[in-house]
Amino acid sequence: MSFLTIKGAFRHAAKIGLGVFALTTLTAEAGDKLVIESWRNDDAKVWNDVIIPAFNKSHPDIKVTFTPTPPADYNSALQAKLQAGTAGDLITCRPFDVSLALYQKGNLEKLNDLEGMNNFPEVAKTAWSTDDGKDVFCLPMASVIHGYIYNKEIFKELGLSVPKTESDFFKVLEKIKDESRYTPLVMGTADQWEAATMGFQNVGPNYWKGEEGRKALIDGKEKLTDPEYVKVWEHLAKWKPFLGRGYQAQKYADSQNLFTLGRGAIYPAGSWDITTFNEQADFEFGAFPPPTPDGQKTCYISDHTDIGMGLNAGSANKKEARIFLSWMAGPEFAELYANQLPGFFPLGNHKISIKDPVASEFLSWRGQCEQTIRNSYQILSRGTPNMENQLWNVTVQVLNGSMAPKAAAEEVEKGLKTWYQPHM
Amino acid sequence: MTHSDIRKPFPWHILVFLGPGLLIYLTVSVYPLLDTLRLGFFSEDESGATFFVGMQNYANLLFSEVWSEPFWNALKNNLMFFVIHMLLQNPIGLLLALLLSSPRLRLSGTYRTLLFMPTMLSVVIVGFVWQLLLSPLWGISEDFMYNIGLGDYFDAWLGKEGTALVTLSLISVWQFVGIPMMLIYAALLNIPEDLNDAGVVDGANSWQIFWNIKLPLLLPTISMVSILTFVANFNAFELIYAVKGALAGPNFSTDIMGTLFYRTFFGFQLQQGSPTMGAAVATLMFLIILIGVAIYLFFVQRRIQRFQL
Repeated sequence: MSFLTIKGAFRHAAKIGLGVFALTTLTAEAGDKLVIESWRNDDAKVWNDVIIPAFNKSHPDIKVTFTPTPPADYNSALQAKLQAGTAGDLITCRPFDVSLALYQKGNLEKLNDLEGMNNFPEVAKTAWSTDDGKDVFCLPMASVIHGYIYNKEIFKELGLSVPKTESDFFKVLEKIKDESRYTPLVMGTADQWEAATMGFQNVGPNYWKGEEGRKALIDGKEKLTDPEYVKVWEHLAKWKPFLGRGYQAQKYADSQNLFTLGRGAIYPAGSWDITTFNEQADFEFGAFPPPTPDGQKTCYISDHTDIGMGLNAGSANKKEARIFLSWMAGPEFAELYANQLPGFFPLGNHKISIKDPVASEFLSWRGQCEQTIRNSYQILSRGTPNMENQLWNVTVQVLNGSMAPKAAAEEVEKGLKTWYQPHM
Repeated sequence: MTHSDIRKPFPWHILVFLGPGLLIYLTVSVYPLLDTLRLGFFSEDESGATFFVGMQNYANLLFSEVWSEPFWNALKNNLMFFVIHMLLQNPIGLLLALLLSSPRLRLSGTYRTLLFMPTMLSVVIVGFVWQLLLSPLWGISEDFMYNIGLGDYFDAWLGKEGTALVTLSLISVWQFVGIPMMLIYAALLNIPEDLNDAGVVDGANSWQIFWNIKLPLLLPTISMVSILTFVANFNAFELIYAVKGALAGPNFSTDIMGTLFYRTFFGFQLQQGSPTMGAAVATLMFLIILIGVAIYLFFVQRRIQRFQL
C-alpha cells in the first residue's frame, strides 16, 4: 500500500513547497525586481555572473533575479505558483504542450507584438505558438542540434574522411569495424531515449524532408507506414553490427564514457554533449551532420527548440519585463548565451560568433541544411498511446533486431490511429 | 451510596494514548487510500476540471486495447517476478537459516550479518552495483565466467527482452534473501533441542528430523514469509525504476504494476500524467493484493497446524 500513500505525501509536500515559494517570491517582489522562473539551475551562475550584469550595463534601473527550481519539480511548482499568484514575472518555457496549456489557462501573455520577435523564423516559434500558429506566447531562447561527433585521432589513424552520403557513412563504419578494435558507433539501447532521439530524430529528417514531412504527418497527409518513415527504421536496423558488444545493456553514461575514453569512433550526438566531452575527452573531436541518402542534394537537420521565455500574465512589472525580453531577442544575449553554454544555440537570425570549435561546427549546418524539430513533439504526443514513448520502444527493438522496420512503423501508426483524427 | 452508583469515568486515557497513532494512521494511510478509491471513478479534461465517470477508467484498463495491453503485460510480469521470488528467495532463505542454525558452524554471527547486509542497502545502490557487475563493457562477470569455462554463455542479460526481467528478479532475490532467512532463523531457534534429541534417540537421520520435526514447526513462519513476499512484490517499483527507468524496457518486458502506475500517475516525458487513471491503476493494485491476502487467510492460514512448544 506504500504506493497509495505516496500521493498523500506528495500533496503535502506540494503545500509546504508552495508556502516556501510564496515567501521567497514575496521578498523578491518587495524590491520591485524582475524575477525569472527557470528549471535550469545548472545555469544559475551564468545568469547571475554574465547575463544579468550585461543587461544592467544598458538598463541599470531594472533589477533582475534568477530563481531556478530543480528540473523535475519545475512544472508542478510553477503551476502551483501561478495558481497562487506568486510566480515570477518571466517564465522559462518548456516546448509545446506544457507551455501551451499555461497559455490556454491565461497564465502567459501573448507576445505577438514584442519588439524583436520578428528576429525569429517561424520554425523557431512553433514550440511556443498556438496550434493554428496565430499567437506566440514565449520568446524562443535556444535549441539543440543533432548530428554525429567523431574522434579525429581515430579517423586520422585509419585514414578516414568525414562521410557525406549514407553509403559513405556505412563504408566508414565497415572500415572501422574491419581494421581496428574501436567500436564504430557508440550508442546503447538500455536507456531507450537515445535510440529515438539520437537515432530516429537524428537520421529521420533527411528522409521525411524536415518540416515538410513533419507537417504532413500532423495533417495526416503522410503516415508512418509510408516509405520515407520505414526507410528511417531500415537505416537504423543497419546500425546493429556496428554498435558495441552488449549495447543492449549500455546506458547513456556508458556511451559517453566509451567515447571519451577513446574506445569508440563515432557518437550519435546531441549538441549538449559538447560540454561533457570538452571536460572529459583528451583527444580532438569533430562533428558532422547526418549523411544524406545517396543522390539527395538538400540536407535536413534536427534543430530542436528546447527552451523559451514567456511573460507571466499576472505580472505587475510587464513593461520592464518586455524590455528584458526584447533585450533577450537581440544579438548581445544570443552571443553571451551561446558562448557560455556551448551546445545550446540561439534561435534568432543574428550572425553570432561561437568560440567553441565543435559547437560552431554544429551551428554552421544551419547555413547548409534545412532545419526541423522532432516530429513527435507537436500535437502527436497528446494521446494514449503516447507517440514519443512508442518511438522509444519500437526504435530500441529495431536496433536490437527484435522488430522489423515495417512492423515498427505499423505499430506507431496503429497507436496514432486510435486517437488522432487525421490518421483515422 | 452503593458501589453501583458510582459511574465509571469515561476512559479518556485510552483516547489520549490511541489518539496520536490513530490520527497519523488516518491521515497518511486511510484517507489517501479512500481518496484514491474515490478518484478512480473520476476523469479530468484539459483545463484540469474533474468529473464523475463511474467505472469507465476500469473498463478502459481491463478491456480497451490501449490500456489493457500494458495492464495485462504488467500483471503477467509481476506474477513472474513473484514466482521467481517464491521459488528462489524463500527456499534459499530457509536453507541459509538451517545452515546458520547448525551448531557446528563457526562464525555464524558474521555470516548472518553479511547475508543480511544487502537488505539494508538502498535499492539505487544495489541497482547501480549490479549494472556495473553485469555490464558487458566494464563488468567483471564476463571475465569471471571465462575463468570458470562458461564464457560463451555470457550475454547482456539486463538489456535483452528475454532475460531482463529474470535478471532483475534475481538481483531482487539477492537483495532481500536476508528477510526470510532472519525470520526462519528466529523460528528455528525457538524449536526446543529436546525435540531433535528425541528424534535422534528414535533413530531419525538429519533429513528425517528436518522433514518431520523442523519443517512442520516452521510452516507458520514460512507462510507468513510468503504473504510478505507477495505484498512486497506486487508493490515493487524501485529496482525496476532505478535500473530500467519508467519505460521499463526493452519492449516493456520489465514493466510491473508499480512502473505502470508511475507512468500513468506522474506521466513520462511527453506523456501527461493522469491522477484519475493513476488512481484506477493503484486501486487495481490494491485489489490484487487484497484478493491474494484473502485467499491466503481463508485457505492457507486456517489450515496450518500450530504446535504449542
